[in-house]
This record gives sequence, C-alpha cells and structure tokens, in this order.
Amino acid sequence: MSGRDAATPTWLGLIPGVVLAALFLVPFGIMLAVSVALRDPSGSGFYTWGFELQSYARVFTFFVGRILFVSMTIAAGAAVISVALALPFTVILAQMSRRAQTVILVILLSVLSLSEVIIGFSVSTLLSQTAGVGNLLALLRITEQPRAYTPSLFALMTGLCYLTFPYSVLVLYPPVARLDPELVEASRTMGASPLRTFFGVTVPLLRAPILGALILVFVFALGSYLLPQVLGRPEHWTLSVHITDQAVYQSNLPFAAAMAVVLLLAALALVGLALLVARERRAA
Amino acid sequence: MRRRTFLATGAVGLSALAAPGLLRAQGAPLKVGTYGGYFEESFKTHIYPDFTAETGIEVQSIGEPTGEAWLVQLEQAARANQAPADVSMMAQVARLRGERSELWAPLDESKLANLGNLPEHFVHRYADGRLYGTGAVSWYITLVTNTEAYPEPPTSWQAFWDPANTDKLGLLALASNSFLLEITATTYFNGTDILATEEGITQVLTKLAELKPNVRLWYRDEGQFQQALESGEIPMGQYYHDVTGLAASQGQPVRSTFPQEGAVLDSGSWVVSKASQMIEQAQTFIDYMARPEIQAKLSRNVGTAPTVNRDLLDLTDEEFAAVGSDLPPILPRYELYIDKADWVNQKWSEMITG
Repeated sequence: MSGRDAATPTWLGLIPGVVLAALFLVPFGIMLAVSVALRDPSGSGFYTWGFELQSYARVFTFFVGRILFVSMTIAAGAAVISVALALPFTVILAQMSRRAQTVILVILLSVLSLSEVIIGFSVSTLLSQTAGVGNLLALLRITEQPRAYTPSLFALMTGLCYLTFPYSVLVLYPPVARLDPELVEASRTMGASPLRTFFGVTVPLLRAPILGALILVFVFALGSYLLPQVLGRPEHWTLSVHITDQAVYQSNLPFAAAMAVVLLLAALALVGLALLVARERRAA
Repeated sequence: MRRRTFLATGAVGLSALAAPGLLRAQGAPLKVGTYGGYFEESFKTHIYPDFTAETGIEVQSIGEPTGEAWLVQLEQAARANQAPADVSMMAQVARLRGERSELWAPLDESKLANLGNLPEHFVHRYADGRLYGTGAVSWYITLVTNTEAYPEPPTSWQAFWDPANTDKLGLLALASNSFLLEITATTYFNGTDILATEEGITQVLTKLAELKPNVRLWYRDEGQFQQALESGEIPMGQYYHDVTGLAASQGQPVRSTFPQEGAVLDSGSWVVSKASQMIEQAQTFIDYMARPEIQAKLSRNVGTAPTVNRDLLDLTDEEFAAVGSDLPPILPRYELYIDKADWVNQKWSEMITG
C-alpha cells in the first residue's frame, strides 16, 4: 500500500489499533501492578499496593515451572495435531465446488459458536463409560467391556483439537484458495505422486500460513482452562487452571497475577522465537 | 458456590408466583445478600415475605457471586463507605477473613433475643468479645454412592482408600472446599487435632495421597460430578447431603451416607457490613433468622441443616434425617485455610498433581 493515495485513510486504521493497545496495555499494567502488590499479612486475603517480589519467588519454583512446561507441551501438541488435520482438509476443501466450499465453511463457522463448556461436556459424554464410544466398541466386540476414555490426555487433546480446528482452517483457507493450481499441475505432469506433490510443493508454499495457524492455536490452547479441568487429570491441569484457583478460590491475586505475567511472557517469547526462526530460514 | 444455582430453574418458577408479595415499608429496604441462584430464590420465596409482613422491614434481595469475590467487593465498597448489602450470608473462610480486617459491624446482643438458641460455634465474636455474626444455614458433605453400582451403602470414609474402588471416586478439587484433610485426619488420626502442626498436615497429606489411584475426577464444577454420579459414570464420592437427597427423591439412583466417622458440617453465617446504615433492621433480621420455627422452615423448604439446637425444633425424625444427622460431625478447621492458606494450597496442589 502506498500511504498517500490509499483508498482508506491511515488514521481509520489507527482507531482499532489504539483501542487494542489500550485494551491490552491497561489490563496488563494492572496485572503487573497486582503481581508485585503486598499481601495482607493478617490473613484477610486482600492486597495493598506496593512492591515486593514474593509472588514471583513462588512462581520461579520447580512446581510452577513443571506446570508451565506441561501447559506449553499440551498447547504445542494441540497446535501440531490441529494444524496437521486442518491442512489436508483445507487443501481438499479448496478443490471442491464453490457451493460445497460455502456450505462446509458455514458449518465450520457455526462450530465456533459452541462454547468451551459445551464442547468439554460433549466430549466427556462421548468418551464416557456409560454413554460413550466405549459401548460401541464393546458392542462390536473390539473390547470386552465398555470403558471410559476420559479424563485423560487423549480426551483433553480431542477437546482442544475440536475447539481449535475451525480456527486452523480459517487461517489456512485464504492462502490455500489463492494457491496457484499450475504449480501443483506442473508437479503432477512431471510425474510426482499426489502425496509427494502435497509434501513437496503445497506444504512448502504454505509455510508462513502454517506457522501462523500453529501460533494461533498454540496461544488459544495455552489459555484454555475449562477443558483441562473437565477432560484432563490433575497432571494435565494447565497453568491457567492454577491461576484461576488462586484468583477465584484462594483470593491470592498477587500470586495469580505473577503466574499470568510469566505465562504471557513465556508465550510471547516462544511465539517470537518461532517467527525469528521462520525469518532466518527464509533469509537463508 | 455453584451448588447454590442447583434447582435455580424450579425455584425461579416458584418465586415468580410468590415474590410480588414483598410489602412496602417506610424508608430504604434492608439489602440482604445470599448466594445467587437456588439460595436467593428460596429465601425470596420462603423467608422475606413473611419477615416483611411481621416486622414491616422491606427486604431487597441481593444475589452474591461465587467464591470470595463478594468479600472483596464488600471490603472495597466499605472503604468508600458503601454497603452493596447490609446483611450478607458468608462462607466461614470469608467470614473469618472479614473478621481479620474488622469488616463486620459489631452487633448489639440485647437486641438478639434468640441468640441463646445457637450453639457456641455459630455465635461469632471478635477477639475482644464483641458479637458480629451468627450461623445462618449449615449443610453436610457426605459419602455418596450410586445405588446401582453399590447395592450396599458404604459405612466408612475408608471406602475411599479401598483398592476395590480404583478410578471410581469424584472428590472436590480444593483443600478448602473438600475438607478432605479433616476427613482423613478423623478417619485415620483420631480427629483433626493433628492438623494443628505442619508436620501433622504433611502426615495427613501422605495418607490422603494414597487414595489418588481411586480418584477419577477432582471436580470444581458440582454439576459435572452430580451428573456423573447419577449416570453411574463416577459411582462414589463426596457431595452435599441435601442435593443428593433431593436427586434421590426425584428417582435418581443415588444415596447419601453419613459415615461412622461423621460427615463434614459446613455452613454460612450472617454478617453485617460496617458501612451499613441499617444496623437496627439488620439485627432484627438476624434475630428473626435464629428463631427455631424459621430454622425448621428452612430445613423443610430449602433443605439446609438447622443452625439452632435440634431440641428446639419441631422437625420430625424423618424431616431431620433429610437434612442432618445426630452423629457428631467433622467440623472443618477453617483457620487452616486462612493462617496457613498458601502453604496448605501449595502442598495440596503438589499432592494432587504430583
């Protein structure tokens, strides 16, 4: 875009920019201030403004570090699975008729209207012993007895992938739809198998949007606190679950805020690292 | 306290018929806060109209949010000399936290003729002896089972540790709402005195950790566990006696058992914000709520256990059994979740997630 002659005046773009910055920076500032606030020693649970690093001292322990690691691993796992499923799906979708594409995209968009609560409870019912797929497997004599598959890492991943799959598709769809079909055709005429073409031509061309989708899903999954509670075992509780416990149930807002700040910084660092690696690769 | 929203739908229907009956009295209404949902609707239906009719004091019902958010709101409002509610029903940990910061207005004992009906643990005083609150309602956390999965009711909390119950339990996820430390101490260490020291707590936690293989779900959401208990998905656990009884009366295959070691008796208390301008009316209300016939009415209509001594009540044995038990209860050690809150929470989380 060449600033001066652009059809849309630049200042119009500034409005959402400023609002977004304010809506991020102000709450973040408050969170930062709360994270160093003084806890009331009388045990009333309140805090007063001030500066102490006691809450951070509790964050930088092996215990919280392990939870942070688990959260990141779960989020990264969900991102990889979700995008790995979404990519071939989107490529096939883009080859369908316009009409079919519209219908499928509308269905996907409507999935977005389901809340985390509904998805969590649906998956937990679906994987339950009394009403779930376990009964079907037992009926088909694949397993002897119906059993529950929730709560487990599998159930949690299923929930997270269901939740994030539409986002992955929506991020990937525009670049996939714009993909030059001649490149794929050229690869095919030169004798490459469809699978080889997919991995050798399509995927490399889509490297940037794939990274974008991975980051989006990663960040999204990192903030999830309901699904780990409903579908995971305690060892799968993410840092978000522990933050909620501290803020809502233990009224230890400074500690909750300190954990939230660290979670945010860790996520930003990881996303920044991913972008940096991607840029280096492109430059190389 | 999400359990307060249980049955909210049914109660809303009832109160829609009964609520317009609140009479106009002179002056501003007395703002009374109870947990939003089932509790608030029950009080609006069964308590406030009669109270207003008798005393001429109009009541404005306030729905309190869950957790300790209400305490924080009251505290911050009081700093600005505002009272979002004059009288509030508070859970015990929140009540004690408010006591520490002297948030509650001292009450005039001479205005509370029914104070003597309450046992000592439901009469709350500051360290210097000033009265500031009374027990409002209480409820039991018991051992619950699905009757199809367990034709015979268990008799002891020890069932939680039985290897036969692997992956069958649903337990509350937090130390401060499950009171599992108290349950374990009473079951295996002859009472909760062992929880007075950190070494003692560690010992109890070690014992408690032994039941982890039996736990399928550590729940925060009560609806999730109740549904799983009714379907038999999670056939055993700890839950609320009143709600379980209600579900059983509606034909669900569930039962609530008072174990031989006793069930946990938890409660809410009436307190008045120090910013309230209506101390007189608040005292009248608190005194009214300590009457035996009002406590009996609560037991019959809301399903809570009475806070006044049982011999004062005209509840039949059957009515009493529906809300409580004569077995000595396990009383939560609330100070644990205030004085040692951070330490206990940390150890608890390490135990659960480890």
